[in-house]
Amino acid sequence: MSEDKAVTPSAQSGGATLTKDAAPGETLLKVTGLQKHFPIRKGLLQRQVGAVRAVDGLDFEVRSGETLGVVGESGCGKSTMGRLITRLLEPTAGTVEFEGKDITHLGVGAMRPMRRDVQMIFQDPYSSLNPRHTIGTIVSAPFKLQGVTPEGGVKKEVQRLLSVVGLNPEHYNRYPHEFSGGQRQRIGIARALALNPKLVVADEPVSALDVSIQAQVVNLLDDLQQELGLTYVIIAHDLSVVRHVSDRIAVMYLGKIVELADRDSLYKAPMHPYTKALMSAVPIPDPRRKSAKSERILLQGDVPSPISPPSGCRFHTRCWKATQICTTTEPPLLELKPGQQVACHHPENFEDQAPQDTVLLTAAKQAAELVADEVLAESAATSAAVAAEVGQTPAKETLAKETPVKETPTVEAPAVETPVKETPAEEK
Amino acid sequence: MARGPAAGPRAVLAYLIRRLFAAAVMLVVIILVVFGIFFLVPRWAGVDPATMFVGKQADPAAIEAVRQKLGLADPIFAQVWEFFRGLFVGRTYSGGGDVTECAAPCFGYSFRSEQAIWPVLTDRFPVTLALALGAAVLWLLFGVAAGVLSALKRGSLWDRGAMIVALGGVSLPIYFTGLLSLAIFSYGLGWIDGQYVPLEESFSGWFGGMILPWVTLAFLYAAMYARITRATMLEVLGEDYIRTARAKGLTEPVVIGKHAMRSTMTPILTMLGMDLGALIGGAILTETTFSLPGLGQAVLKAISDKDLPIILGVTLITSLAVIVANLLVDLLYAVIDPRVRLS
Amino acid sequence: MTELSKSGAAVGEPVKDSPAPSAFLEVRDLKVHFPTDDGLVKSVDGLTFSLEKGKTLGIVGESGSGKSVTSLGIMGLHTAGQYGKRKAQISGEIWLDGTELLSADPDYVRKLRGREMAMIFQDPLSALHPYYTIGQQIVEAYRIHHKVDKKTARRRAVEMLDRVGIPQPDKRVDSYPHEFSGGMRQRAMIAMSLVNNPELLIADEPTTALDVTVQAQILDLIRDLQKEFGSAVIVITHDLGVVAELSDDILVMYGGRCIERGPAEKVFYEPKHPYTWGLLGSMPRLDRDQTERLIPVKGSPPSLINLPSGCAFNPRCAYADVPKDNVTRTVRPELSVVGSQHWAACHMTQEQRERIWTEEIAPKL
Repeated sequence: MSEDKAVTPSAQSGGATLTKDAAPGETLLKVTGLQKHFPIRKGLLQRQVGAVRAVDGLDFEVRSGETLGVVGESGCGKSTMGRLITRLLEPTAGTVEFEGKDITHLGVGAMRPMRRDVQMIFQDPYSSLNPRHTIGTIVSAPFKLQGVTPEGGVKKEVQRLLSVVGLNPEHYNRYPHEFSGGQRQRIGIARALALNPKLVVADEPVSALDVSIQAQVVNLLDDLQQELGLTYVIIAHDLSVVRHVSDRIAVMYLGKIVELADRDSLYKAPMHPYTKALMSAVPIPDPRRKSAKSERILLQGDVPSPISPPSGCRFHTRCWKATQICTTTEPPLLELKPGQQVACHHPENFEDQAPQDTVLLTAAKQAAELVADEVLAESAATSAAVAAEVGQTPAKETLAKETPVKETPTVEAPAVETPVKETPAEEK
Repeated sequence: MARGPAAGPRAVLAYLIRRLFAAAVMLVVIILVVFGIFFLVPRWAGVDPATMFVGKQADPAAIEAVRQKLGLADPIFAQVWEFFRGLFVGRTYSGGGDVTECAAPCFGYSFRSEQAIWPVLTDRFPVTLALALGAAVLWLLFGVAAGVLSALKRGSLWDRGAMIVALGGVSLPIYFTGLLSLAIFSYGLGWIDGQYVPLEESFSGWFGGMILPWVTLAFLYAAMYARITRATMLEVLGEDYIRTARAKGLTEPVVIGKHAMRSTMTPILTMLGMDLGALIGGAILTETTFSLPGLGQAVLKAISDKDLPIILGVTLITSLAVIVANLLVDLLYAVIDPRVRLS
Repeated sequence: MTELSKSGAAVGEPVKDSPAPSAFLEVRDLKVHFPTDDGLVKSVDGLTFSLEKGKTLGIVGESGSGKSVTSLGIMGLHTAGQYGKRKAQISGEIWLDGTELLSADPDYVRKLRGREMAMIFQDPLSALHPYYTIGQQIVEAYRIHHKVDKKTARRRAVEMLDRVGIPQPDKRVDSYPHEFSGGMRQRAMIAMSLVNNPELLIADEPTTALDVTVQAQILDLIRDLQKEFGSAVIVITHDLGVVAELSDDILVMYGGRCIERGPAEKVFYEPKHPYTWGLLGSMPRLDRDQTERLIPVKGSPPSLINLPSGCAFNPRCAYADVPKDNVTRTVRPELSVVGSQHWAACHMTQEQRERIWTEEIAPKL
């Protein structure tokens, strides 16, 4: 269980100032090759005729004290991922390690102590609270389930929790319907915090709330992290919210992580074409940029079915840079820049990983027609710049203007060694 | 208009074949179970079917003869096999001196009347079928109409009145409403004779004999259907696509009659399949109250007489009716709701 | 049908910059109230605005602000198909192309629906009838307003599906809604609403149910189609990004009333109402550098049965005490001119607003 500190392998940073026993920056949760396939059964005999490959091989770590944001569109498997790491779902393959302990296949009983440390906040503040129970009962339920009596009694502790999340402790005996959406989400947060967890997984914690309320809840999560040293995994589809709350961000597409990077690297210089398209698609609340919509990358069509995902790189059917290799070889998730992992043969803002492969697919040519020339030119220029001086952050805009290249360029120089293969923080 | 890419005629045919096959398997299983219950359980309970056939005072020789003739002494599997053979190709009862031919759908012989079962069933089946179908037409017409009206005039006097009547219809037993209607219309006012007359003899007589049973039975079901229709219609009226239909500029009759009704009919059809299937097995209370010579009356008598072959026959007919009705409903369902096709 | 000059400016409308009564769409003092067991829900309580052809008005507000109720009110959908006793109470004036709709014959308004004014809804899966093919539904929308045979209507449906970017429209026309993806369904919905070339298109949260990349496609489509058809468009949304993308003018609603209205640039760059400030401050933005903290609006949206007295926003307003004499809690502020074509309903003086905006709000955004 969490108490024996020995299980955490390399405690490299000594600054264990926070309440948790895992030092900040240390690996709290490690996921390797995680898969979840939901079988599709048909007919009288319920034969399995296929599977929805909701999560199809994830590798990532969550470090103590950080917030990992997970973004992606519907069907990318982000919610399934959340339920797998909290072990609400049983993984099909792969491992989940929490504080160095393998919890992948722990049974209900063996998971119980773990449930204290890992809590979940759900999207819908209306359906995740039992309407027949008072707030007091709801927030104190974790104590009863775990058989824990907090200091000073359950009621006192629940009232303390209510005031921590900004609710009136006197409302202990009220029912969920007496609260607004934002307040209900606060109740959900209070329940999640009851047992002083280490990791909180929040699945779309603010997407059901109004804009002005969203901000309240985002700020609350922020404050709680500061005060309690919590570690968050925040799953959301709203890229602006994810950027605001996260330290590192994983971008998912069809059950895979396509890019995993520090927040600033990701938003300043996304490397996966999908990340770039996703970010450019977010409508910007600035009427002056209405005319500048040429920056937008419009993706063709819809996300393919996770029942039969495309071969090779799953994004190749919609990507404007896709070449032959993208249809055959699945690009591995590699750390191309310090703190920025990407799974792409032809990344943006970086040297080409498969420079020999230059012929665009027909679909990619069609897709490229939807991408403004300036964007393509800029992307080509930056890639060339990176190839020239690998290791430095490219100055994006400076080279962009004149480049006449219309399709993805080949890099003249042979592939240069990727600068740093691993960050010290992740090394074990 | 042509169907979507997912549901061609071939797919519908494949679906139909699959369902028919499943229905056949189901029937065989039902026959086995029913046969088991009616022929084997008495034996385990120490009651000899042969004794039941002949009567308790019969001499052992007669009982033995019957046992030989009906094959009751054969092993169980042989008996089941003979029974199945009887259903499809007919069978011959021999032994004890005389030989009896039992033609193709052979359900055996009644213990009491010593008649073959099949003619009894075919005699009585049309009465029950006419009762069930006639009542169904009535209750669909009035129940659905009342339900729709109630939904559209929600909260009005009409709505409340109709729902109170419906509550009464659901709670009052058939024999009460049936006897009441007989008392009023037949004995009291003398408008209707109230006696069953076979259709072959006189249409007006048959109609006059059937009208009260129809109305009585339909009253009960119309009440249920009105409530379901009202609830479903209210739910459907709140759907977004109804709002869309209005936003298109459709007139209210089209919005209700076409867009809302099509969705409302789905649960009603499901109920109709179940109810019709069950009623075809015999509306025991209605038939008894109005002395209609239908299956229900036959089975009621058979139960009191411990006349196992008749009970077996009626049970099989009922099962078949339920299965066929459900199959029809499922097919209709697929026609109504494109989303259920092929599944 | 062109004589529409109803005398006098509508209530709540500032005397000076009052919009010309010749506007294509003009809504005056619209009120939509719903009687319930708990009391009268004043979903819309005195709304006035106008809109010209070829222009887009964005109506922004949170849930319960009355923005969707307004759109259904314009379409006449609160009165059509109102069964039972509890009918919506609607008052005010809605002038569409010279005709007042609230006092017009309901059947006349019905004939306008779908032909002159059409609507796109939030969730295309529930807004399309599950039992009819996309084609059947578009054909129906066309044939109710055009006396043509089925074949012609079907050709028109295929043409519209093609126009909104549905691949293989001649095949997909026979698909059912559930066989389409979310984005395709919304395209089909748009095709259906535009099949009669409506002059007014109301899009109620047209992209809220869609993924962000699909949303971008649909916004692009709406913009292109407006250019092509030249209709007046009302976009209703809670998403300031969507509004900024599409709108020429913006109307911010709170508690069933308009609290600020003006050209999009003005509302985004020189917002005059504290609630608008709150919306802008609540929103994390991708186009700016990372801000440390969001500036939320405190409290929750008000109950529409029991609106706070005075300014409905006063319990949540950080500047409720700036105007003198407790006036924010006693007197309901009317819209007043705060700039060219720019109105706000706030008791603060221009100077007070200016100072707070430049000193306290703008630097943090």
